[in-house]
Amino acid sequence: MENSHQQGKQSPIIYLRPSKGWLSIDFKELWRYRELIFFLTWRDIKVRYKQAVLGISWAVLQPLLTTLIFTVIFGILLKTPSQDLPYPLFSMSALLPWQLFSTALQRSSVSLVGNANLLTKIYFPRLAIPLSSVFAALVDFAVSFVVLLLVMAYYQYWPGWNILWLIPIVLLALLTALAVGLWLSALNVQYRDIQHMVPFLIQVWMYASPIVYPIETIPEGIWRSLYGLNPMVGVIQGFRWALLGGTPPDITMLISIIVVVVLLISGLYYFRRMEKTFADVV
Amino acid sequence: MSELAIRVENISKQYRIGLAQERPDTLRDLLTMGFRRFKHKLSRKGSGRYDDPGHIWALKDVSFEVERGQVLGIVGRNGAGKSTLLKILSRVTDPTEGYGEIHGRVGSLLEVGTGFHPELSGRENIYLNGAILGMRREEINRKFDEIVEFSEVGKFIDTPVKRFSSGMYLRLAFAVAAHLEPEILVVDEVLAVGDAEFQRKCLGKMNDVAQEGRTVLFVSHNMSAILRLTQETIVLDQGKIVLRAPTPEAVDHYLNMGLTKQGERFWTEEELGGKSDAFKPAALRVLNTGGKVVDTVNAAEGFSVEFEYQLTEAISGLRVGLYMMTTRGEYVFTTFDTDDPELYQEYSLRPAGYYMSKCHIPPNLMNEGRFILGLNASVYRIRRYFQEDKALTFTVDATGAPGTHWPEQRLGPVRPQFDWYIEHKEK
Repeated sequence: MENSHQQGKQSPIIYLRPSKGWLSIDFKELWRYRELIFFLTWRDIKVRYKQAVLGISWAVLQPLLTTLIFTVIFGILLKTPSQDLPYPLFSMSALLPWQLFSTALQRSSVSLVGNANLLTKIYFPRLAIPLSSVFAALVDFAVSFVVLLLVMAYYQYWPGWNILWLIPIVLLALLTALAVGLWLSALNVQYRDIQHMVPFLIQVWMYASPIVYPIETIPEGIWRSLYGLNPMVGVIQGFRWALLGGTPPDITMLISIIVVVVLLISGLYYFRRMEKTFADVV
Repeated sequence: MSELAIRVENISKQYRIGLAQERPDTLRDLLTMGFRRFKHKLSRKGSGRYDDPGHIWALKDVSFEVERGQVLGIVGRNGAGKSTLLKILSRVTDPTEGYGEIHGRVGSLLEVGTGFHPELSGRENIYLNGAILGMRREEINRKFDEIVEFSEVGKFIDTPVKRFSSGMYLRLAFAVAAHLEPEILVVDEVLAVGDAEFQRKCLGKMNDVAQEGRTVLFVSHNMSAILRLTQETIVLDQGKIVLRAPTPEAVDHYLNMGLTKQGERFWTEEELGGKSDAFKPAALRVLNTGGKVVDTVNAAEGFSVEFEYQLTEAISGLRVGLYMMTTRGEYVFTTFDTDDPELYQEYSLRPAGYYMSKCHIPPNLMNEGRFILGLNASVYRIRRYFQEDKALTFTVDATGAPGTHWPEQRLGPVRPQFDWYIEHKEK
């Protein structure tokens, strides 16, 4: 068999075994599949705005319209305190990280079921699917972030060096969405109840985050710490502070980070444990 | 000694088929089931997981090896475990038990067009699909023109694929997949689609792949494709390998497999899957001229084929078809019970009830050999009620057939008595 050596390079050996227990995460493999993650992300974005007349401008309109509604209801009618910031700015600076989070969560939690045809036909690291849904949310975020900067300019707010803190803060928002998304997407493969639950979860979660009201509304001490168990509290507070100043993140941020790390690690392991059954039950 | 490409040992795969109420598809089910399981555990130690009636073994103790550069065919009836085996080999799913190793990158064509998105253009789908199948972007760039050329969709490459005809769609999908260059290629039934011309092209491409010394696992119901492309074939039945042999032998075995030898065949309620279909096959038999059910008929005498069935509701325009096939998979003829215009008129509407369609095969038609009867019940272009390609096999004995005074085999599946005229002129 002369030509059997044609390949030349050492071919990897793949082992097929029943999967048992908790598997470790193969980051190397995930890295090898980075182009697939890129293409899946790109597909998500591309497809989302196909056949929409306004296309990507929805990424601009959504936060603007929501800000308008919130300003009318909570700012003007209910006169909610807003840390001495103009209410539109106050709510929009929270809506941006929130919409990043909620879009990422919503899309990642249904991502596996939505890609069932891929799961049952082809092998690739399953993590690529929820990961690409989360990344796709970043593009919308980037567009609406430019709008936020324009709104800030209108109100004559100029960000300082603190703006650099946005990078770890946005990362934290993404990781939060990914952590919860991993849990929900894997659960959704077997229990489609999840996809009916997610909209409510997101709604409740929104009111449990300091978006329409300032964090000071929550009494300090034990309540505030409990409140901090919601990682989005740290994210939103930090985001607002990094752009507009005001109350800097405190101990709540630390609690948020710990919660996210715990959720993320457990989510990764749960996902890895369940992924071998995805193709069979989806 | 050649290198090993694939080795699997005692691979088994169990699926839950779910006695409907046993499957927790919603959280509520899970909760109630959890409670029942808990009670169950209390009353009986140990798990009865494997003996559970809600589980089936799609594969059981399958072991084989494939050498590098070999093209191995896999045949078996629907549900024999072919797809499960391919899914395990391509790592889509895990075996429940057993061990396997694969040397090299596996490319699977379990279905062409997987991951194609209708909204995206042909160009975009080439990149997306390529990435899904495991190609690098640089690799796709390099092969892009070749892929487009192979697919023959040229000028439509920037059109969303939802506007493609199904033929174009398939061609593009296959083109991407065909330009994968894995060391091991796993192909499932991709040739079942597309027009004849395209199928030829696909087969050609598969041949090239094999020529390049790659390992190919090829699953198909198309016996002629299996015969053409593979030297060796595995026959799967009920999750087990029943035979691994040179392809012609394996194909013969497969085509003869599991068929009754008594010239008669019944359909049980279970076999029909409890479907409440309007058409229910009941029995099929081969009868000799004396009206006896036989496995062997005489070619010189002729014989009949009788098919009993039930209609649970009236069907208009129904036709019951009979196919005669050689064990090699070549069709000898196709005939329908309402081929005759008069019968066609009379039975344009068949009310519910029991029926028997009987076909007389005239004397001196068939050559000797073993033949397969296939059945079909359909309303032309509307609906297919029933189809079974290998309903029954039987043997034709050529004693007394034309030309049997020369004891030699005759070529061809038929052996008709033709009128000959011999002329002789005196000088």
